[in-house]
Amino acid sequence: MTTRVGVVTFPGSLDDRDAQRAVRLAGAEPVALWHRDKDLHQVDAVVLPGGFSYGDYLRCGAISRFSPVMDTIIEQAKLGMPVLGICNGFQVLCESHLLPGALTRNDSLHFICRDQKLRIENAETAWTRDYSAGQEITVPLKNGEGRFVADERVLDALEAEGRIVARYLDVNPNGSYRDIAGITNAAGNVVGLMPHPEHAVEELTGPTTEGLGFFTSVLKQLVNA
Amino acid sequence: MSLDTVKNAEQTPDAAQPWAELGLKEDEYARIREILGRRPTGAELAMYSVMWSEHCSYKSSKVHLKQFGEKAPKNDAMLVGIGENAGVVDVGQGYAVTFKVESHNHPSYIEPYQGAATGIGGIVRDILAMGARPVAVMDPLRFGAADHPDTRRVLPGIVAGIGGYGNCLGLPNIGGEVVFDSCYQGNPLVNALCVGVMKHEDIHLAKASGPGNKVILYGARTGGDGIGGVSVLASETFDDTKPTKRPAVQVGDPFQEKLLIECTLEIFREDLVAGIQDLGGAGLSCATSELASAGTGGMRIELDTVPLRDHTLSPEEILMSESQERMCAIVEPGKVDRFLEICEKWDVIATVIGEVTDGERLEIFWHGDLVVDVPPRTVAHEGPTYHRPYARPDWQDALQLDAPTAERLARPGTGAELKDALLKVAGSPNQASKAWITDQYDRFVLGNTVLSHPEDSGMIRIDEETNLGVSVATDGNGRYTKLDPYTGAQLALAEAYRNVAAGGAKPLAVSDCLNFGSPEDPDVMWQFAEATRGLADACQVLGTPVTGGNVSLYNQTGEVAIHPTPVVAVLGVIDDVTRRTPIAFGEQGQLLYLLGDTADELGGSAWSQVVHNHLGGLPPKVDLQREKLLGDILIAASRDGMVDAAHDLSDGGLAQALVESCLKGGNGARVVVPEGLDPFVFLFSESAGRAVVAVPRSEELRFNDMCGARGLPATRIGVVDGDALEVQGQFTVTLAELHEAHTGVIEALLA
Amino acid sequence: MARVVVDVMLKPEILDPQGQAVQRALPRLGFTGIADVRQGKRFELELEGPVDDAALARIREAAETFLANTVIEDFTVRIEEDGK
Repeated sequence: MTTRVGVVTFPGSLDDRDAQRAVRLAGAEPVALWHRDKDLHQVDAVVLPGGFSYGDYLRCGAISRFSPVMDTIIEQAKLGMPVLGICNGFQVLCESHLLPGALTRNDSLHFICRDQKLRIENAETAWTRDYSAGQEITVPLKNGEGRFVADERVLDALEAEGRIVARYLDVNPNGSYRDIAGITNAAGNVVGLMPHPEHAVEELTGPTTEGLGFFTSVLKQLVNA
Repeated sequence: MSLDTVKNAEQTPDAAQPWAELGLKEDEYARIREILGRRPTGAELAMYSVMWSEHCSYKSSKVHLKQFGEKAPKNDAMLVGIGENAGVVDVGQGYAVTFKVESHNHPSYIEPYQGAATGIGGIVRDILAMGARPVAVMDPLRFGAADHPDTRRVLPGIVAGIGGYGNCLGLPNIGGEVVFDSCYQGNPLVNALCVGVMKHEDIHLAKASGPGNKVILYGARTGGDGIGGVSVLASETFDDTKPTKRPAVQVGDPFQEKLLIECTLEIFREDLVAGIQDLGGAGLSCATSELASAGTGGMRIELDTVPLRDHTLSPEEILMSESQERMCAIVEPGKVDRFLEICEKWDVIATVIGEVTDGERLEIFWHGDLVVDVPPRTVAHEGPTYHRPYARPDWQDALQLDAPTAERLARPGTGAELKDALLKVAGSPNQASKAWITDQYDRFVLGNTVLSHPEDSGMIRIDEETNLGVSVATDGNGRYTKLDPYTGAQLALAEAYRNVAAGGAKPLAVSDCLNFGSPEDPDVMWQFAEATRGLADACQVLGTPVTGGNVSLYNQTGEVAIHPTPVVAVLGVIDDVTRRTPIAFGEQGQLLYLLGDTADELGGSAWSQVVHNHLGGLPPKVDLQREKLLGDILIAASRDGMVDAAHDLSDGGLAQALVESCLKGGNGARVVVPEGLDPFVFLFSESAGRAVVAVPRSEELRFNDMCGARGLPATRIGVVDGDALEVQGQFTVTLAELHEAHTGVIEALLA
Repeated sequence: MARVVVDVMLKPEILDPQGQAVQRALPRLGFTGIADVRQGKRFELELEGPVDDAALARIREAAETFLANTVIEDFTVRIEEDGK
């Protein structure tokens, strides 16, 4: 049976087709999910893609977080369904309180699009099992509000519990605290990531193909589960 | 004051009307009265005034633009030509591509962020209205001097606006230009290009036919955006409760536009529209009159049904409003419900505002009263035509005689001086890396970007199965065009053509944005006439027809016009994007070949500007047959894997091309000055029809044979090697030094 | 220390996409009866010296030339009293 990975489209989602492509290249079946539809259509995992849902108005992810589909996703995530939020999806996860902290305006105050080097810190989450801890990868980064912030207590806890999934290497592009590029919940099934692994899945269009591991990881997780 | 209805206009023939304030000439006003057989109503006057403006009617330029049609080369790929929202080109496998470049110069000077943002929004809707999914944007930009304080105000705002709107829309920004020259002080040029892809059967046209079909306005609500001048009319028709001043600035909402795109594409997929038009300049006036004019002629609109953001708007203002993110569709009655359902799905407001009639008049009602009753062709397509006087400026000869000879401008003689000049040019604002700007644009979204800045052209994959792709390059050189408008326009085309071919794509079609000063100045009009003639002639020879574009006049401060700046976009097709050729010298040991002939041509060059702040002489000569041959060779070499890198030679000459290709690839190069060539001319001449390519050793023989057989001069000038650029016997400059000179320049001036 | 508050709002006739998006979302979350939403910016300026006419004039100038883009925005300047 093919693994079904849902990709949610909110009004203003932009990288939804790209996420679907990455899911397909990883060997799973992408399933388009619509923000107004509570039904997850029997998917095994969900990707919240990048973009500017609701124009990023009010706060990034703040309006999407209240969409009907998110009610079900929040419920299922708490029951262990793998959920990956990329960029805007990460923001939605923080606004939903599935992940701690918040994402704020880049310290440069500019949108930044670049090939970004990362170090995978935790290779045991549902979305990073195909990497090894300490592995360095390069994937595109593109955001205007990607600066991860949280209070010291939360940051210390994230470090102590090994919940920092990836850190920026060489350059911290947005002023994220402790160079944090991605984090996970305690169970390891919900991951938020600011850079875009779905744009590093083909030689032709990406700087590398090193982003594919996020999507192959979840397949293994589900097959083994 | 009461509503100015048609009846009222008939009964008060002598009422004074503010035609002059609305920009109409006396004879134009007289002609409107003649067409209607009475005085126009306020709403009619507003419509005619805006539709007959230079911006909408092309009244000064159209006698010259005619040549693009008359001289158009026969080209089987053309599916839709000039006159529609944008031209459409067949790229094979059932796909069609539409593209267009347009200006948003003046609004971007007033309010840089919103001006640039709405420029993107407008061109994207043009492409969408053809039935295509927009797939990429590009922005050719020109600013005043990089160190001028106003450039610091204008540039960051424009760049943020392009990024803010384009990124939020989900369209990759894959190329364009950034040029600084004090001639653009006070008149920055903000041109925007969009490319869209569709299947042949999806092409849609802007026409309203089929009596009984409904007219649906959908998208954003209508507010008082951009109606500036028309408030002259409005101020008499309402009391004091309304805002005294209407905004001249339109604010863009990229989120609304994104919804509009997805909603419209879904509507196309279900084949629900008979005709469609975007709302841009002149808003509903333009959309209704153009749709009706291109159709059978008759249309009835109930203007009071238009959803408003500001309920104090008068009928004249609603007709003129340039509120963004709106479209107008013609829909068969049986398809209206489904149309509205899809709009509801996407949270897009949609309203039936009228219908196509079997008459020949555009009739607009306001709460039951007829306020507009006109033959739509007279508004949309039969505006005035001017034959503006033009004459070769009396300063042109002196300018051309002031050639940058060795006697006139000191040239670097020693190796150290050459190295110094190379670093100066590579580190000048025009030639320095634009990464600080382009890194504010998303180039990855949609996942099909194969090449983007700083490559020669932007390239997009359009079919993931077959790897069919298209590429686009935009170029324009105001300095060359000032020296000789005829040649300058041809050089812009030649460079864009060469850039597309260098990436491996076959050039197919052209779109142009003609930025000039005031047409009322015979000098400027001569520049315009010469440039259009040059461009039309060159398109004929290269076999690439102009499919559409835009003219922007009055780009001047007082009496001083900008350099004449025709920006030319060339679209090309590539059967297999995996064969594309990047500019980077990627592999050590590969052989460097200089293609084409190098002459002592420094007029209008980057070197003369950077080192001597000089503009004089003649621009490089154009040999279009040679450009064609070079293009053929570059495309064949790419297809057959004979070159791994190619970079077109243009501003800054070979020196600049080597710097860029070395830095991009992270590899150095050892170069020898060919016998008989002066090292300075070798490095800095801007002779056209040239490119530098990196050839794998295993392909050298085959490549040489091909060039020899086709008669293209190909000179082996060196090898990719080491971590420095060495010009043997002259100088060596390390990649680190080049990087230091070439990067960080723009942010140091503007961030 | 004295505090001066500068509120910057888009001019009434200028489109406010952010406010519109928020307004459209409110009924979906059950917050009905809100006819319009406009979103603005609030700046809190802590002064080193007293809030006198000269200081206020300087702040107005700063608001006019810098904090607000008067092409599309209006601003108001007010003093926030102690203890608030």
